[in-house]
Amino acid sequence: MTSLLTVEGLTKAYPGVVANDHVSFDIAQGEVHALLGENGAGKSTLVKMIYGLVTPDSGHMTLRGAPYTPAEPRAARAAGVAMVFQHFSLFDALNVAENIALGMENPPPMRQLAARIRTVSETYGLPLSPDRLVGGLSAGERQRVEIIRCLLQDPKLLIMDEPTSVLTPQEVEILFATLRRLSAEGTAILYISHKLEEIRSLCDRATVLRLGKVVDSCNPREKSAAELAEMMVGAKLVAPSRAGGDLGDVVLEVAGLTLPAATPFGTTLRDISFSVRAGEILGIGGVAGNGQDELLSALSGEAHAAPDSVRLKGQSIGALGPSHRRRIAVLAAPEERLGHAAAPDMSLTENALLTGAIREGLAARGFLKWPAARAFAEKVIETFDVRTPGPGNAARSLSGGNLQKFVIGREVLQRPEVLVVNQPTWGVDASAAAAIRQSLLDLAETGTAVVVISQDLDELMEISDRFAALNEGRLSPPRPAVGLSMEEIGLMMGGAHDMEVAHVAE
Amino acid sequence: MDLSAIDPVVLIASLMVAATPILLAAIGELVVEKSGVLNLGVEGMMITGAICGFAIAVETGSPTFGFLAAMVGGAALSLIFGVLTQVLMSNQVATGLALTLFGLGLSALIGQGYVGLKPPATGQLDLGPLSDIPVLGRILFSHDLVVYVSLALIVGVWAGLKYTRAGLILRAVGENHEAAHALGYKVVRIRLMAIAFGGACAGLGGAYLSLIRVPQWTEGMTAGAGWIALAIVVFASWKPVRVLLGAYLFGGVTVLQLNLQAAGLAVPVEVLSMSPYLITILVLVIMSADRGRAALSAPASLGKSFHASS
Repeated sequence: MTSLLTVEGLTKAYPGVVANDHVSFDIAQGEVHALLGENGAGKSTLVKMIYGLVTPDSGHMTLRGAPYTPAEPRAARAAGVAMVFQHFSLFDALNVAENIALGMENPPPMRQLAARIRTVSETYGLPLSPDRLVGGLSAGERQRVEIIRCLLQDPKLLIMDEPTSVLTPQEVEILFATLRRLSAEGTAILYISHKLEEIRSLCDRATVLRLGKVVDSCNPREKSAAELAEMMVGAKLVAPSRAGGDLGDVVLEVAGLTLPAATPFGTTLRDISFSVRAGEILGIGGVAGNGQDELLSALSGEAHAAPDSVRLKGQSIGALGPSHRRRIAVLAAPEERLGHAAAPDMSLTENALLTGAIREGLAARGFLKWPAARAFAEKVIETFDVRTPGPGNAARSLSGGNLQKFVIGREVLQRPEVLVVNQPTWGVDASAAAAIRQSLLDLAETGTAVVVISQDLDELMEISDRFAALNEGRLSPPRPAVGLSMEEIGLMMGGAHDMEVAHVAE
Repeated sequence: MDLSAIDPVVLIASLMVAATPILLAAIGELVVEKSGVLNLGVEGMMITGAICGFAIAVETGSPTFGFLAAMVGGAALSLIFGVLTQVLMSNQVATGLALTLFGLGLSALIGQGYVGLKPPATGQLDLGPLSDIPVLGRILFSHDLVVYVSLALIVGVWAGLKYTRAGLILRAVGENHEAAHALGYKVVRIRLMAIAFGGACAGLGGAYLSLIRVPQWTEGMTAGAGWIALAIVVFASWKPVRVLLGAYLFGGVTVLQLNLQAAGLAVPVEVLSMSPYLITILVLVIMSADRGRAALSAPASLGKSFHASS
């Protein structure tokens, strides 16, 4: 195979950290090449340099034999390099065709573009209507917009940053079929993912990054997922374990919970019913934007529902606000770490105070007890191994994994009867994720009813006793998690969102 | 009271003149806000344009030079705001308010020698036989050039935002500056251009006040027109056609209440004077009452500072 892109000795340093340290690797034509590494290993910086968003300090790249130094994304696109972003670079208030036109150098007139979008989306089995507003699309459909935007420019190299984190299993299948087809047509794909099983099934070769350096490369098909994980982390990983104690009485009961959407792009919760027993973990899966945030706010008390639709041990709490619920030990940790679960510019002590004041007695008669708050923050930091110089540091200064450990730990240490968490390990590296999952399991062990809302199905299968899926604001009936197949889970999540799988088979 | 003294044809023709300063300032601010920048300095840019235009017109004797100078003055003042907020990352709300105060002070300083002077007259555009058409000719074809420029700007901005690539990029920058940056668009440059356009429009609107509508220079002569322009942009849900509607409604009620005052209507003068503000806001609030749809047309990045991090 001939080499399409060669990267040699690429180095990029930011103040205080070398993001990439003499990184070298090459991608062959038509190859699906995986880039593996934990958060902070330098994958994002590397692809940003290839896409021209970041200029390397030293080193050089060669594309199809010619020197390649993209000064900006425009130049990269012109050279045939396209990228699908992890956090989609889409515009909610614009329609699909306008979004696609913005990512093209010389877009044809709108009417022609719409026709081309239809053709390409049919060819690759990614149905998409050009005049729908992007704000109303599901995550899977949004990704299709990004992919089609790339495909319309006949890329030679397609970079995909964590493309499957928001897709249902069926949507992942369709995406993989598309990628295999592209690869067969000669397009090289640089694929970044945390999901090792996916990499094993899709990729021809893998380059492993750790702390900004290339530490290994391999054929992922010849390695087990555990071996790949060890190459990434550089140490053995311990999978979370649980003793499997007996379940107690029903603690949290939700019946017929209906909640209109708070924003134009929000989801309306419709007739949601489930119950969680003491010591049980209920896993709630589903693709982002199907009511996860709304469900969390209904359970935490941020959104008010009918009093009887949420009950704690028979007591109606649906209309109580967050402070009331905290007082009776119903706690929650929302998804967005910076801005929702924690105030970014406030110190960890202050953040500990914000949710812990009531249950930990950190305030008295309107005055704050700073020493007690500081002690509580230090306890969280110590118990959950949060890596930070001290509780006086701003929440913003912590890495995602460490802040997440703090946010979850803060709630766990308040001895909840019910704990609701949304995306507890989103964007967190493997070892921190394992620690967080273990803490949730330990918490359930002590008799807490835990609700875990997550898009990571492997995580849910690992820790939950029962599983249910959110789809367009409705919750499927919970089923025991043991023995549930991916197929069944996919169907619970609403299948492939009106996708015509038939196209791909052609 | 004699209502027959109010001629509807003259009323409509004069409401167009009364509304033009606000219309110009509002369409400029609409473009600025569509790019994601909230410039609260419209009032300051208008009054600066008013005195720049007035001074240059008096010195050169040419209203055309006056209008050009007003646009340059407004744009220059707006670029102070632009550099502060876009390059030096200052807070847009605070900087915008400061710009208004600065503009009011600066214009008073420049205008000291011009109080009581009369500017050279701006002629009507000669449209030949068109202006002789009964009724329509008086309403539509007997104005000065700036009125037509303001109407052309409305159409141009509407079509530009909707149909051109530049308009699409501008909307994209205002909608999600992070994503626009990731796609390789120069967010800061695009916003600076939008800010300068807004400043030029506000300056032109101000000069229309001092050179045609009043026409003379008095300190603080814009009297809140810039604030009304800001309100019209928001309540018009960032739609050019509704901006036109809002501005003409405001102009219409202003002219009407003056006529009613002259006709001796038995309502306190103060109530009549505040009626244009009240009625304009009321009508636009009712029009934008559908919260969901209003939220859709609001630029999502409005007022947020952008700093390229990667």
